[in-house]
Amino acid sequence: MAGLSRAQLLDLHYQMSLIRLFEEKAGEAYTLGKIGGFLHLYIGQEATGVGAITALQPTDYVVSSYREHGHAIVKGLEPRAVMAELYGKATGCSKGRGGSMHMFSEKLRMFGGQAIVGAQIVIATGIGLGIQYQEAPDVALTLFGDGAVDEGAFHEGLNLSSLWKLPVVFLCENNEYSMGNTLAKAWAVSSLEPRAAAYGMPYISVDGMDVLAVREAVATAAARARNGEGPTLIEAHTYRFRGHSIADPAAYRTRDEETRWKATRDPITLFEAKLREAGLARDEDLRANHERANDTVEDAAQFADDSPFPTLDDLYDDVLLDGTGAIAWRDKPSTPRD
Amino acid sequence: MRVITYRDALREAIREEMQRDERVYILGEDIAGYGGAYSVTKGLFEEFGEKRVRDTPLAEEVIVGTAIGSAITGLRPIAELMTMNFSLLASDQIINSAAKFLYMFGGQTRMPLVVRMPGGGGAQRGAQHSQFFETLYAHIPGLKVVMPATPYDAKGMLKSAIRDDDPVIFVEHELLYNVKGEVPDEGVEYTLPLNRADRKREGKDVTIVTFSRMVHISLQAAEELAKDGIEAEVIDLRSLRPIDLDLILESVRKTNRVVVAEEGWKYYGTGQGIAALIYEHAFDYMDAPIGHVTGKDVPMPYSKPLEQAALPSRADVIAAVKAIVPARTATPVPASAGAQ
Repeated sequence: MAGLSRAQLLDLHYQMSLIRLFEEKAGEAYTLGKIGGFLHLYIGQEATGVGAITALQPTDYVVSSYREHGHAIVKGLEPRAVMAELYGKATGCSKGRGGSMHMFSEKLRMFGGQAIVGAQIVIATGIGLGIQYQEAPDVALTLFGDGAVDEGAFHEGLNLSSLWKLPVVFLCENNEYSMGNTLAKAWAVSSLEPRAAAYGMPYISVDGMDVLAVREAVATAAARARNGEGPTLIEAHTYRFRGHSIADPAAYRTRDEETRWKATRDPITLFEAKLREAGLARDEDLRANHERANDTVEDAAQFADDSPFPTLDDLYDDVLLDGTGAIAWRDKPSTPRD
Repeated sequence: MRVITYRDALREAIREEMQRDERVYILGEDIAGYGGAYSVTKGLFEEFGEKRVRDTPLAEEVIVGTAIGSAITGLRPIAELMTMNFSLLASDQIINSAAKFLYMFGGQTRMPLVVRMPGGGGAQRGAQHSQFFETLYAHIPGLKVVMPATPYDAKGMLKSAIRDDDPVIFVEHELLYNVKGEVPDEGVEYTLPLNRADRKREGKDVTIVTFSRMVHISLQAAEELAKDGIEAEVIDLRSLRPIDLDLILESVRKTNRVVVAEEGWKYYGTGQGIAALIYEHAFDYMDAPIGHVTGKDVPMPYSKPLEQAALPSRADVIAAVKAIVPARTATPVPASAGAQ
């Protein structure tokens, strides 16, 4: 199916299940006070993140938004490191200094984790330039929501990436709401298609609940980018099953609407049905994936619980590489000047 | 040694560093064929080509965002923002991305970014083109903010800034580009640290702490003051973050009287910040309150006499010093001399 082996297809299912269970666990941990601040869950959007990032090569770059735990996990960050980061522990992927919105791995080329909506778009433009300048065969994928489209950064980033033919894939996870604002109240034009044309780049509209469709769209766009043909704008139609963040009761949409999506458009359920129909997976295969995902998530939560917090000595580290510049006058007068 | 302009010194620094390291590139508005709005990058496009000298659209946020994204893949960008006034459009990327990536991503990435921008007024360019709010950036942990005043400092510090793996906001001044000064001969390699102030003039009666264009105004004021027997020590900060508090305090302990002289606005700005640091660390050495010379608390007016009135002058520095330094008996000065 879609040129993928049975094992690859089952892995897509596993990744989506892992993200689903991870996010549910994170939500639970938040209510127990183990996670603070903001928590933006990816539940319902798994097919977009998994489809997109599995279409990439390992050395490709991903830069995304604050709804990024799923992106980090499928990019290869250890669930332990992601959960520990959520708990603010020293073993977190950002040493506990970033939190939910700032997952990062230099090695895996997961470059955040941006909390300013739209910032990832201009940063991706720069990553694309870095790739092109150094003549690397890589691609920069940036994921952003329908809200990010409203920011000037969208306009500036798409224009410049197209002008310079940078190897970037722009993927809008259009879940129809930017926080509580509906698309109808934000977009003068209800599709991104004319905007792609405005910046001289190809456009692909894709069902964001269909992991294989997303994967194919991103693979096409990545191939184009790798071939020096420049960026593509992909609009993935998806839906978040929970509120904008953990504190959001989502009063701006009806329970009916939510129920309909969950009952008929769950990306994991849809994919399971597809695999069963094609005879590529039996119930036990899917259950095994689910159990392995559950074990991984439980292990991650335990690891996060058991890990230490950063010490106060860590507070001033990494403000600058040059330790003397962290603050104008360190509290510790013994800090060397050079 | 040879004499060149501040503008030429900057260009030499960029050129030498681009020759030294292929990862260094420059981007900004009209910096290629046009040679830069202030001609700093003139000739670099012809020498290095369009891959390394990039004209951008008129879009500050993506200029700096692109520089940042390229820096985290290993390049060493020098972004030119045409003036400090326009940097506000890029300030989200400067403050929320460049200043924070290293810290909030657990020390993993590198941000070898230089953002150059000239600020300042005095050429009748109006309220939106004459501002000097370096304090906004100096306030932010995670940035280095430097402001050289002379060609020698500009070249040495820009080279260091380009080699620095931390993000550096490099603040120039529109009226400094033509200032001439001595630099080492061609082929003589030198850099200057980004965490050291410089004693530009030695004196025992008062410390004038200053930076950028006000260094020159302060040195002129010091010459005048010397005729009245007041020897002013002029400390050119050169860097705001990190700030060389050691040299400032050394001078304060010697003179016991301080005037801070800056071009920007008074309230909640760099000068009040420096004064607070001095009070905090050297209160027992103070024989007088700290004098403060600043621009007037107004948007910069266009009309020439108004603009001149809005900017701090040599006379303002002299008056501020005389307000806190007791009059000296000196050789009587003829009435016609000492005209301001």
